[in-house]
Amino acid sequence: MLWILAIIQTILFVALAPLLAGWLKWCKCRLQNRRAPSLFQPYKDLLKLIRKHPVVSEDASWLFTKAPFIIFSATVLAASVVPLIAVDLPTSASADVIVLVGFFAFARFFLALAGLDVGTAFGGMGSSREMTISSLAEPAMLMAIFTLTMTASTTNLSFAIIHVLNEGLVLRPSFVFALFALLLVAIAETGRVPVDNPSTHLELTMIHEAMILEYSGRHLALIEWASQLKLMLYGVLIANIFLPWGIAQTQDLHALGVGLLAILGKLAVLTIVLALTETMLAKMRLFRVQEFLGFAYLLGLLGMLSHIILEASR
Amino acid sequence: MNIEQQDFYTQAILSMAALVGLTSFLMLGQGRLLRLIFVFALQGLLLTATTALAAYSLDNYHLYISAVLTLALKVIFIPIMLRRQVLAMNMHRDTEALKNNTAVMIGGASLMVFSYYVLHPIVQTSSVVMVNALAVSLSVVLLGMLLMISHRQAIAHVVGFMSIENGLFFAAIVATNGMPLVVELGVAFDVLVAAVLFGIFFFHIRTSIDSLDVDRLNRLHEVEK
Repeated sequence: MLWILAIIQTILFVALAPLLAGWLKWCKCRLQNRRAPSLFQPYKDLLKLIRKHPVVSEDASWLFTKAPFIIFSATVLAASVVPLIAVDLPTSASADVIVLVGFFAFARFFLALAGLDVGTAFGGMGSSREMTISSLAEPAMLMAIFTLTMTASTTNLSFAIIHVLNEGLVLRPSFVFALFALLLVAIAETGRVPVDNPSTHLELTMIHEAMILEYSGRHLALIEWASQLKLMLYGVLIANIFLPWGIAQTQDLHALGVGLLAILGKLAVLTIVLALTETMLAKMRLFRVQEFLGFAYLLGLLGMLSHIILEASR
Repeated sequence: MNIEQQDFYTQAILSMAALVGLTSFLMLGQGRLLRLIFVFALQGLLLTATTALAAYSLDNYHLYISAVLTLALKVIFIPIMLRRQVLAMNMHRDTEALKNNTAVMIGGASLMVFSYYVLHPIVQTSSVVMVNALAVSLSVVLLGMLLMISHRQAIAHVVGFMSIENGLFFAAIVATNGMPLVVELGVAFDVLVAAVLFGIFFFHIRTSIDSLDVDRLNRLHEVEK
């Protein structure tokens, strides 16, 4: 029963990710006084891409065609670890936060390899930039997560969420810092403005898009879907760790329904915030990204320090 | 004693302590003078909120007066004065290139750890909960000194000096539940006098070396080398 629930949760994750992307696009369009495409446009795009025949360069090795599948499945596995509507499911009990970061790193590794594989200049450039950014973002993310795990005394997401739920409303300075650090890392890792512009058409400024320039057809669909999933993963991570109220702690239908509604509401609000920041900020210069991520790391570090200094028992 | 066993006011004051520490770090990495002054005003605002919170939770009326004084001096008067001087000397457009910014930031973080280490025995023996925040206020003092070392503009030095004062003020609130009113009035007056004096010094430095970059003061040797 629990396993079935875990699988349903993962499927929900995968199925809802394009909807979140559509909602984000809708918010951005409305904020910029444009007519928005339908909320279900990402689904149509994915369907169209899947139907099309992929064009593969003759210089491409087996890695190029296999990479989208590896990336997609690693991201789906990562999604199975994160509690979406219910805690205490067997998939999230078997893997902790560090495994989650590992899945992300695994997917990113293959994405970077695929970018290099065809040998175009833009692909290599994108891979190099992506690895630079992620090597700075990963320590910041781990620092923010360690703050949480020190509070909850566990690296398991499910148990950490239960711990936060049981404590009730506590003003924790360390959580404020960890939240901001994680928000900055999420922006960098999912390639949003101001670090990277997902809708850019100028190859020289691309990071994520440059790596997947050569992809088409169903390969492109899988990669796009994986990056939508990654955006949702970070959103759920932030929403459920710092504001876990509403998530189902029992497995009856009522609690699960409330959990689903709660997470949808939280994600909707979080996406509006993201759309607002994306509309207000301009993309920053590539060489300023390290300052941005250095600040995220500093916030994570301060979170940890303020946990030790201000909150720990004495 | 863990934070979840504390009452809401203590939690709020501890959060304020953390935010005050954050503003110190923000000032440390800030190259633009106007933004530096803005963050300084923000720190003053946080101090005001902390003082008001402490006044409310301790039922200590003269702390309200000191909150109002903080608001008037450190959020409104001094930042506006500094801002005016920056605008008048036309320095708001140039950003100060901070040498090895990352090293300074890491140094700041280690100063925070150091101040925690130094104050650990005191916090251990004390019974007041908020003494936890003493480490943060000491690190605000040390970060203010680091700000003065790492920046070259005289105005940044003044902001660093004022933020040292902020740290001491914060320590006074969290550790002693508010000093006697006479002391606070005296300190506030001192800060005011210091601000005015600094204004005069800016003027003199500027007329003698035509810049507020204190590195250039080294050139004022009597004998030409």
